[in-house]
Amino acid sequence: MKMPLSALLGLIFTTLFFLAAIFANLLAPYPIDAAVGGVWEAPSATYWLGTDTIGRDILSRLIYGGQVTIFVATASSLLAFTLGSVLGFVAATQGGLVDQVLSRLVDLMMAIPALIIALVVLVVLPRSLITLILLMGLLDATRVFRLSRAVAVDIAVMDYVEAARLRGERQGWIIFREILPNALSPLVAELGLRFIFAVLFISTLSFLGLGIQPPLADWGGMVQENKGGLIYGKAAALMPALAIAVLAISVNLVADWVLSRTTSLKGGRGG
Amino acid sequence: MHPVLILVTQRVALGLLLLLAVSVVIFAGTEALPGDVAQAILGQSATPEALANLRESLGLNQPPLTRYFNWIGGVLTGDLGVALTNGQDIAQAIGQRMGNTIFLAACAAAISVPLAILLGLVAARYNGRWPDKVISGITLSTISLPEFVAGYFVIYLLTQVVPIFQPVAMIFPGMTFWAKLHAVALPVIVLVLVVLAHMMRMTRAAILNVMQSAYIETAELKGLSPMAVIWRHALPNAIAPIISVVVINLAYLVVGVVVVEVVFSYNALGKYLVDHVAKRDLPVVQAVGMIFAAVYIGLNILADVVSIVANPRLRHPK
Amino acid sequence: MNEQMNYLLAQAAKGRMSRREFMGRASALGVSAALASSMLATAARAEGPVKGGTLRAGMQGGESTNTLDPALAASEVPFMVNMTWGEMLVDVAPDNTIAYRIAEEISSNADATEWKFKIRQGVEFHNGQTLTAEDVIATLKRHTDEKSQSGALGIVQGISEMTASGDMVTLKLSSGNADLPFLMADYHLVIQPGGGIDNPAAGIGAGAYKVVANEPGVRHVFERHANYWDAANGAHADTVEVLVINDSTARTAALQAGQIHMMNRVDPKIVDLLTGVPGVSIQKAAGRGHYVFVMHCDKAPFDNVDLRMALKLAINRQEMVDKILGGFGTVGNDFPINAAYPYFDETIPQREYDAAKAAEHYKASGHDGSPIVLQVAAGAFPGAVEAAQLFQQSAQAAGIPLEMKLEPDDGYWSNIWNVAPFCASYWGGRPVQDQMYSTAYLSTADWNDTKFKNPEFDATLVAARAELDAGKRKALYSQLANTLRDEGGLICPMFNDFVEARREEIGGWLVDPNGELMNGKALIKCWLTA
Repeated sequence: MKMPLSALLGLIFTTLFFLAAIFANLLAPYPIDAAVGGVWEAPSATYWLGTDTIGRDILSRLIYGGQVTIFVATASSLLAFTLGSVLGFVAATQGGLVDQVLSRLVDLMMAIPALIIALVVLVVLPRSLITLILLMGLLDATRVFRLSRAVAVDIAVMDYVEAARLRGERQGWIIFREILPNALSPLVAELGLRFIFAVLFISTLSFLGLGIQPPLADWGGMVQENKGGLIYGKAAALMPALAIAVLAISVNLVADWVLSRTTSLKGGRGG
Repeated sequence: MHPVLILVTQRVALGLLLLLAVSVVIFAGTEALPGDVAQAILGQSATPEALANLRESLGLNQPPLTRYFNWIGGVLTGDLGVALTNGQDIAQAIGQRMGNTIFLAACAAAISVPLAILLGLVAARYNGRWPDKVISGITLSTISLPEFVAGYFVIYLLTQVVPIFQPVAMIFPGMTFWAKLHAVALPVIVLVLVVLAHMMRMTRAAILNVMQSAYIETAELKGLSPMAVIWRHALPNAIAPIISVVVINLAYLVVGVVVVEVVFSYNALGKYLVDHVAKRDLPVVQAVGMIFAAVYIGLNILADVVSIVANPRLRHPK
Repeated sequence: MNEQMNYLLAQAAKGRMSRREFMGRASALGVSAALASSMLATAARAEGPVKGGTLRAGMQGGESTNTLDPALAASEVPFMVNMTWGEMLVDVAPDNTIAYRIAEEISSNADATEWKFKIRQGVEFHNGQTLTAEDVIATLKRHTDEKSQSGALGIVQGISEMTASGDMVTLKLSSGNADLPFLMADYHLVIQPGGGIDNPAAGIGAGAYKVVANEPGVRHVFERHANYWDAANGAHADTVEVLVINDSTARTAALQAGQIHMMNRVDPKIVDLLTGVPGVSIQKAAGRGHYVFVMHCDKAPFDNVDLRMALKLAINRQEMVDKILGGFGTVGNDFPINAAYPYFDETIPQREYDAAKAAEHYKASGHDGSPIVLQVAAGAFPGAVEAAQLFQQSAQAAGIPLEMKLEPDDGYWSNIWNVAPFCASYWGGRPVQDQMYSTAYLSTADWNDTKFKNPEFDATLVAARAELDAGKRKALYSQLANTLRDEGGLICPMFNDFVEARREEIGGWLVDPNGELMNGKALIKCWLTA
């Protein structure tokens, strides 16, 4: 199957972002918190993307900020995924009381808006990366649970799963050998969307002053630090905003492509 | 009894049960916050006697269960208590802000829902061709922008470059309807951008999904125009997923717009909540939490009911 | 053209021509909009106060948790709101003299232990009651009550006896205080009918405007008090409003769009950008507020005077002023007083960044080289985290192992400040030196956040307080400043200016070093010219 250009571009950009995050220490021309230049200098040969509110190099902060943003988003989406999908599959295959309890619990969590839970938790708990990852992972796990349960319910009634059950396979075997492979494609697409959601959510929390705490940088916090110049055409705040948008669009393009493949696997005629 | 009615009653009952459970969670969750409320009110100048007096008068010495029933009893009778920080009656303070929240959500929904469905239909009609690609591309970008970025961008564009709107979107009783509309224009634009993509993409997907059914092919073979097929046959059958995504976004417009309120200094529930969370004003946090949860659950029940009613197989059981 | 222009200006300034019409005709004469607007503003100001209209201030520093009880005011919006509806015994005028308000005459005995305030007759509260000496006493008494949690408790505690007879209020002090009238200008001490004991948050006062709508965290609306006693000098607009706009970008945009007429707290970084905007004028006032790092003189390693001196020498003050204040401020000199105070001694030499000397002192202190931890929160003062980072860099250049530890904003003022041995803080400044030193540097002060305990310093302070001879008093204050500068636990790198902005069509603006927005009086003293 040929990959469309948009998905290819998305994949390339996503990979670039991840590589930049991993090798931040090698790539960044300046340290993360060194005030090297003047305030809000325009992009130049010395500072490729200009300087920020106290004269720090924006490119360097963008790279380090990407590391933090991408790390937290990846870790929390993976946590949400593992937790949400395993519980979702268990609920779907087990049915009965287990399904009822888990589903109602998720209903309960989802009935309270995520941002409110986050606000309350972050006001009380120490604002470390661990807290952020756990919080976002747990909040997102409820969404993943719903999706994976729905997908698994469809698969669980298939003949081959029924056959495996009659053969007397264990629960774990059924989940990992029969359901997981068949549910992988929509779940991978969902992983992409959850990852974007996590990136936007951290940015929002940092914007409200509750997310990543300085001296660490993240993109949302960088927008917040530099937004003062925005309405006067100072581009400092635009760079991290652009970074968020480009990353989100790239991952979305890949996720879209994965999703469309799923549809065709089902034998539909839609692209 | 008609089976639809039974189903609807079931959904409503389940929703109410869920709301009750949520009230327990909210109460227990906020009570479990570290830090003593009485200490928080009195601050550094607290003497042990004053603390004891205040605990007594706030009823903090009663067992949690008693306090829960006192609180939920108050909620049911519309008495939400007074804010600890400034003694304002919460129900009164919330009343006006709730109105503002709903006004903003309604304005945003009135534009975004029809627009999203229309764009979704067009994209489905021209699936894979340029109108589809343009619509999908644009909505993809708007969904990828954090709200605050979109917010500052429209402030820059529409109050400085082309000064036609106000950057601060406060509304007050006594303003004319048009003045209110003018005031909230910018936050509405931002919210429309934010929720449009999700609804449009789901509409498109739902329509395309239905288009694979046999009866659509029959309709096409009958020689109906593609738009007529979508309008008369695909849309009615795709209505359930569309409604559910619309409802999710409506709920978001009510409970999830804290950032927009902060950026535009809009006086509604979200900002009220954020201020009081920071000060640990528990009665307010509990009250707003309950309202948000009730809105969310209520809208979900509505979605369920509408999809039950809209589903021909459920409406005409064999 | 000139004659025509002058005619237009006069017409417009007198209010016989609308602003829009004036601008249109001016542009027909080939005058640019920016020039015409500023010419009109100048002409209008020269013309004197204009009555009527609605004046709006957009402010940072308000939350939906605010109350109208003056005793509890702590942030900027409640301060401004209370100044708009309330009136104190006296104000501190921009030139640092006493402006008589509810008190129309003040006198004291020779050792400044007994003070008489003659209460102005015929002043009416918003509820129609006439203000009496008893109301004044009741107000002061309410603030002495621990339960009121008044921010002015420390001020009124020194009063041992208060009596009213006729229109005279007599206050007896436990020890002499030559500055008592300045203390009575404290913004918490708003005179309320019956002292506000029944309903402290009623918002009934004797000020220029009465409260119409009180929506904390959103807006506060006032209308002119018909029987305002000082109507000749204020209350020009019919209605005034304070809009709470905590987001600085939105606040600036609102000013540019004309949605508000004045704003507090212009982000120093955008001052240059805002300067070029037509119709907007930047207002600066050098105030007494200062951003500081405080060390506890009684806890290791800060109990060593050499280590304290090493840290004082290791901070680059000019860099802080340039980068943290955007140049809108002045360097500090490790004592809490600047030229805005009476009796300030200009001859005290300015301390500079000196890495070599800092290293010498650090060596002399015999410190073991373990990290010296500076605790800081973003909310300690605007730019606190960045300032701490700059401090860390300049100290490390001097070989001092300074490290920054970031604390959450929430609980910072109760858990870290005044508790941790080395942290960031700020002071808003006080009208007189005595009040500043008594609040924070007296051995026994609650807010002695450097734990500086020096009996000689205390004795000098008390002596200065009761000293009525200006020359001797200045010498005593100079002595206090030098002691604190060389031995104290205060690192004071900078004094911050108030940077504010207003629309050019606003008349009556005065620079006031005592507080934001003309010490809270901007809505009363300013007027709309068009």
